[in-house]
Amino acid sequence: MAAVLESLLREEVSVAAAVRWIARSAQSSEAAALRSLRPLRKEFVPFLLNFLREQSSRVLPQGPPTPAKAPGSSAALPGRPGGPSRGGRGARSQLFPPAEPSSAAAAEAPPARRGGRRRGPGPGRERGGRGPGGLEEGVGGESPPWAAGRRRRSSGSPGSPGRARSDPPNLSNLEEFPPVGSLPPGPAGRTKPSRRINPTPVSEERSLSKPKTCFTSPPISCVPSSQPSVPDTSPWGHGLPPGCRSLQEEREMLRKERSKHLQQSPTPACPTSESGSPLPSRTGNLTAEAADPARVSSRQRLELIALIYSSCIAENLVPNLFLELFFILQLLTARRMVAAKDSDLEPTPGAPDSLESPLFQSVHDCVFFAVQVLEHQFQVLSYLDKGTLKLLAENERLLCFSPALQGRLKAAYEGSVAKVSLAMPPSAQAVSFQPETDNRANFSSDRAFHTFKKQRDVFFEVLREWEDRHEEPGWDFEKGLGSRIRAMMGQLSAACSHSHFVRLFQKQLLQMCQSPGGTGGTVLGEAPDVLNMLGADKLGRLRRLQERLVAPQSSGGPCPPPTFPGCQGFFRDFILSASSFQFNQHLMDSLSLKIRELNSLALPQPEPSDEDGESDVDWQGERRQFAVVLLSLRLLAKFLGFVAFLPYRGPEPPPTRELQDSILALRSQVPPALDVRALLQQGLRARRAVLTVPWLVEFLSLADHIVPLLDYYRSIFVVLLHLHRSLVLSKESEGEMCFLNKLLLLAVLGWLFQIPTVPEDLFFLEEGQLDAFEVDTVPSEHGLDGMPVVDQHLLYTCCPYIGELRKLLASWVSGSSGRSGGFVRKITPTTTTTGLGAQPPHTTQGLQAQLAQAFFHNQPPSLRRTVEFVAERIGSNCVKHIKATLVADLVHQAESLLREQLVMQGQDGGDPAQLLEILCSQLCPHGAQALTRGREFCQKKSPGAVRALLPEETPAAVLSSAENIAVGLATEKACAWLSANITALIRREVKAAVSRTLRAQGPEPAARGERRGCSRACEHHAPLPSHLISEIKVHSSPPPCDVLSLAVGPRDPEEGISLDHLEQLLGQLGQTLQCRQFLCPPAEQHLAKCSVDLASLLVADQIPVLGPPAPRGLERGQARRLLHLLLSLWKDGFQVPVPLQLLLSPRNVGLLADTRPREWDLLLFLLRELVEKGLMGRPEIEACLGSLRDAQWPKDFSEELATLFNLFLAEPPMPEPQLRACELVQTNRGTVLAQS
Amino acid sequence: MILTKAQYDEIAQCLVSVPPTRQSLRKLKQTFPSQSQATLLSIFSQEYQKHIKRTHAKHHTSEAIETYYQRYLNGVGRNGTAPVLLELANEVDYAPSLMARIILERFLQEHEETPPSKSVINSMLRDPSQIPDGVLANQVYQCIVNDCCYGPLVDCIKHAIGHEHEVLLRDLLLEKNLSFLDEDQLRAKGYDKTPDFILQVPVAVEGHIIHWIESKASFGDECSHHAYLHDQFWSYWNRDDCNQAEIQNSKKLKKACL
Repeated sequence: MAAVLESLLREEVSVAAAVRWIARSAQSSEAAALRSLRPLRKEFVPFLLNFLREQSSRVLPQGPPTPAKAPGSSAALPGRPGGPSRGGRGARSQLFPPAEPSSAAAAEAPPARRGGRRRGPGPGRERGGRGPGGLEEGVGGESPPWAAGRRRRSSGSPGSPGRARSDPPNLSNLEEFPPVGSLPPGPAGRTKPSRRINPTPVSEERSLSKPKTCFTSPPISCVPSSQPSVPDTSPWGHGLPPGCRSLQEEREMLRKERSKHLQQSPTPACPTSESGSPLPSRTGNLTAEAADPARVSSRQRLELIALIYSSCIAENLVPNLFLELFFILQLLTARRMVAAKDSDLEPTPGAPDSLESPLFQSVHDCVFFAVQVLEHQFQVLSYLDKGTLKLLAENERLLCFSPALQGRLKAAYEGSVAKVSLAMPPSAQAVSFQPETDNRANFSSDRAFHTFKKQRDVFFEVLREWEDRHEEPGWDFEKGLGSRIRAMMGQLSAACSHSHFVRLFQKQLLQMCQSPGGTGGTVLGEAPDVLNMLGADKLGRLRRLQERLVAPQSSGGPCPPPTFPGCQGFFRDFILSASSFQFNQHLMDSLSLKIRELNSLALPQPEPSDEDGESDVDWQGERRQFAVVLLSLRLLAKFLGFVAFLPYRGPEPPPTRELQDSILALRSQVPPALDVRALLQQGLRARRAVLTVPWLVEFLSLADHIVPLLDYYRSIFVVLLHLHRSLVLSKESEGEMCFLNKLLLLAVLGWLFQIPTVPEDLFFLEEGQLDAFEVDTVPSEHGLDGMPVVDQHLLYTCCPYIGELRKLLASWVSGSSGRSGGFVRKITPTTTTTGLGAQPPHTTQGLQAQLAQAFFHNQPPSLRRTVEFVAERIGSNCVKHIKATLVADLVHQAESLLREQLVMQGQDGGDPAQLLEILCSQLCPHGAQALTRGREFCQKKSPGAVRALLPEETPAAVLSSAENIAVGLATEKACAWLSANITALIRREVKAAVSRTLRAQGPEPAARGERRGCSRACEHHAPLPSHLISEIKVHSSPPPCDVLSLAVGPRDPEEGISLDHLEQLLGQLGQTLQCRQFLCPPAEQHLAKCSVDLASLLVADQIPVLGPPAPRGLERGQARRLLHLLLSLWKDGFQVPVPLQLLLSPRNVGLLADTRPREWDLLLFLLRELVEKGLMGRPEIEACLGSLRDAQWPKDFSEELATLFNLFLAEPPMPEPQLRACELVQTNRGTVLAQS
Repeated sequence: MILTKAQYDEIAQCLVSVPPTRQSLRKLKQTFPSQSQATLLSIFSQEYQKHIKRTHAKHHTSEAIETYYQRYLNGVGRNGTAPVLLELANEVDYAPSLMARIILERFLQEHEETPPSKSVINSMLRDPSQIPDGVLANQVYQCIVNDCCYGPLVDCIKHAIGHEHEVLLRDLLLEKNLSFLDEDQLRAKGYDKTPDFILQVPVAVEGHIIHWIESKASFGDECSHHAYLHDQFWSYWNRDDCNQAEIQNSKKLKKACL
């Protein structure tokens, strides 16, 4: 640890790298110098804190009595002035074993604390038993002078428990300087030690109890604690944990390193001691030494350490932010350096920047350091209350050391509206009578009812008596009221009476203690006032006065233990005195229920982004509501914790390991009174940590010692630790928690980590356990966390200990009144104002929502459900409607646009993706209509639905409000969806349409866009296409007319087709083509093809006609008639292209070649008809004929073909009268025949 | 048209190893005059397809192909106009269209450098005029025209029948005032596999709740029932949990509704 600090000081490692190193677990970019030290990482922060406390020990003794103990270092406690000085320093220094390497000394302090304050490690105890004499043995010259501070602290002898006996004051004296939550000082003016530092009976077994290494270096420390019962021991004896050895080695290495340095640079650094200015002896002189920036001894080093310290604070690596601030302010207001013994303060030559020399060698150093840190922490400071800011801004030391910071503070002060009233508002003590909530109907019998009424009376009587008398000296709750309470509880026989009483109790509790006054803000408010009034005479007198005034309800320093201030005390004492199991159980049930209820209370969530100045008032109201809920929750949770853990509250010292294990085994199966873990997780998930965590902290603060060891609660602590770490104040981004929210959470969590029952090592958990937190807190939406619900007033109400900062500063002012007493009178810190920080306004929209909430609040829940249901459904229907209308229209448009596009660009139409882009760019803008249409739809549809679903008797006004809300909600829902998705939706649909169109366009492009379907009059009685194809192809139904197969053969000699059937078939084909009901494009294509084949067979005279004599060829006239039929079908019937060119395909023409005699006239006739009817163009036919000539034919056939070709070409383009054509053909045929 | 299992078995019995020609069909028609041509053809087609599936492989060995090709060459060498290919197919008990395809493929392999693509073959079978060899074109055409179970014409007929029955079914549904969603509408809603029609309000037919109707336009024998169940109906089931798979042979439906 020391090595880390040393390398920092030598600037081998940058501060940023070091902080990264500390904060993150496995960073690849670790500085090389730190890599090897990874195992020690988690010990660094406790080391640093302890180091600072220790270093400051000589400076702070005269500080105010507020405890300044850092959690990890008892050694850092400021001494109490005027404490009896017992035990010479020499003796103390002897406590150090000779072999102790100096650099590690600081690291050793914490275990001492542990040992002293809690249940120190075994060896320590053993040693402790031996007494100081044993420890003195090994005093050696090697002991570095700066270790004096520690030695001083170690002065306590085992036999003298914790009385301040040091001169300079023993900072480790926990009795004098109670670290945390010190209770009111006794008559002697001593602060009673908090439980944490109570001298703990030491037993051999304790060494087996849960090892407590947190906030400390490995338990090798030999730094003696002031706890005489547990004097720490020289560690490196037997039974050292392995970690210690490594530290041991580390020290060894450091020492070598240092000596190397010394040899290399023998020049001694400037002397760092304040030898030039002899320290005033501690004589109770309260005047502060003037701090002079020019006299700061080693600026660079202080700056560096301040920087890393600040970085640790900023990264939330320290357990308690405000404790550190308190410490810093203590340094700032340090009055004078304790007269250090010369030997202690001798500068170490040659190693000025090492840890060897004391960090704070003078008040100047302290102030310089404090100001440095304060500069880094300005942001936090600026959020403190106005009074604190003023005190800070007027601090002359601060002005002297950093005028810039002072300027900023002054500006912050002037800009701040966070006037926190520290004065105690009159507590709401009015006893409430609410008979209406407890009417007869709720009781089983008249007797129970009357009993309860009587109990009410007794309860309030007891309460009033307490109010009147509890402040009287010598009055005792148990003695005064105990028997009456128990008698009353005895009357509560029936379970239902218990629940009634509990309800009353809880209501009363909330009513009386909810107000900030009830939570013990008195002290906080009064302290400065007192100082103010008294004009700050002498600190001693002042303190006495203050103590007297403040004592009963002292908030006890920056980390007070949980208390029950004010009226809360009554309820606590009532529970204790009643000591009724039934009552406690009912109370827990009731508290749990109420906590759940309040915790899940939907606090209005105005849009955080809306910032108009108009609705300040409402926002103020929201904040007040949040505050009320939060304070109620904290109160309830505190009492729940109190009652729930009451049975386990035991003697202070934790049991032995074995006992502890068995208790753990027992306790781990007890279900928690309230599933706080689930609530915490819910809260984090819903971003309501700012509501959940503060009450959870209250609940946990009352847990007993075993609780944090239970798996269930331990997991809660782990989550809280993660949360704490994640609340980096400087991080301000979208979705982050508001600053004051964070500050509140940091304050309460920091406080919790300092509660005596919470083991200190919890905070410095193994890094391994600190994983998997981020997942949980994925910010879902805007929760309470993101809203400025916390203001300074609430912060100070929840965490009165923050006010200690102000007290500290005020006491400095009063203390230094000799020079700047004027200040005090200027300070008027207590005015009750409601003017609180910047209030983010909110909008009419928010107001509407609130109105709607209010409206529902007054109506039966079914109304709300109905309206929400209707809104939900109508909104959803609206989207569907838009899809079916607007989007469908757009898709149709897209299809027609696409078709145009295809026509323009030819069949391929270009790249589909590009087409889609073009279409979308044209159509998507139309999506804007969706919102208008959606709004219309919701407006039209919602009211009817609401009306239909609500009872007939619903008043008209309620109905219309419900309708309007439903319309609004539905519109909101629909429009939100539409505006987010309409473009994507259109895109998707258009894309589908495009691909559909392109696909469909592929196979039969010509069929597209043409008329489909038959005339209206059609009754769809035409033959089915499949039937026709079968008929044309193969058909065996009688009469047999399977034309193609018959014609193509093979066929039996007697097979043939009747002419009638052939004609009939063509007629049917005509009908089918007319009707089209059942026609699909492929079928039509095949029909067309078959018809062409049929024509070819006709031309080639291949159709065997059944005739009276025998199958024969068709008469020419019959053939022509059939061809005419086909021609007209081709022309008018078919909507698909007919492959007429097949007529002239080599295969079909080849059919002619087989016939004898060849019949050319039918072919010529057909060709002419094709041209005439416009079915084929002459060039097309000529091309086909031309290609025919290329085929291989018998020689004679080729010649005939050529003749036909010539004949066809010879004809005039315009068709001749049919007769003439026939004649021509006739002639031609004659020629052909003649030639053959 | 509802056939008993016994009737069906009887018909199927007659169809063992019968060539798929019009002559066979005519004979079948004469044997079972009470059955409609379409029913017989459908059964015939299914039975024949099963037969072909069983024997398909043996006709596609390279030896078999070579033998068939040589026999074809020899045949047309003797007489180009004789139905060589058709007779060959009938002789070896194989579908004429499929035989034509084998020979055509073999022929193209011999006459062209690159092996013919499937699409080229299909196109030539659809339009034999594209076949470079006139004799082969005629032979192929003859095979296709005479095959009543395979070939592009038969495929087209089947397709047409399917389409026609869908139209018929739609008409019947409209006529009976049953509200339904058709395949296109379902697809538009994003169904990947859809039956022909989903009834928006289920109906009961002969004691069975019917949620949707799929027209297969073919005879529903055990084998096809099984296959369709596997390929389609369970998918529908999976997508519409309360559906009862209901295979509707459109002929049955026609009868039920008319």
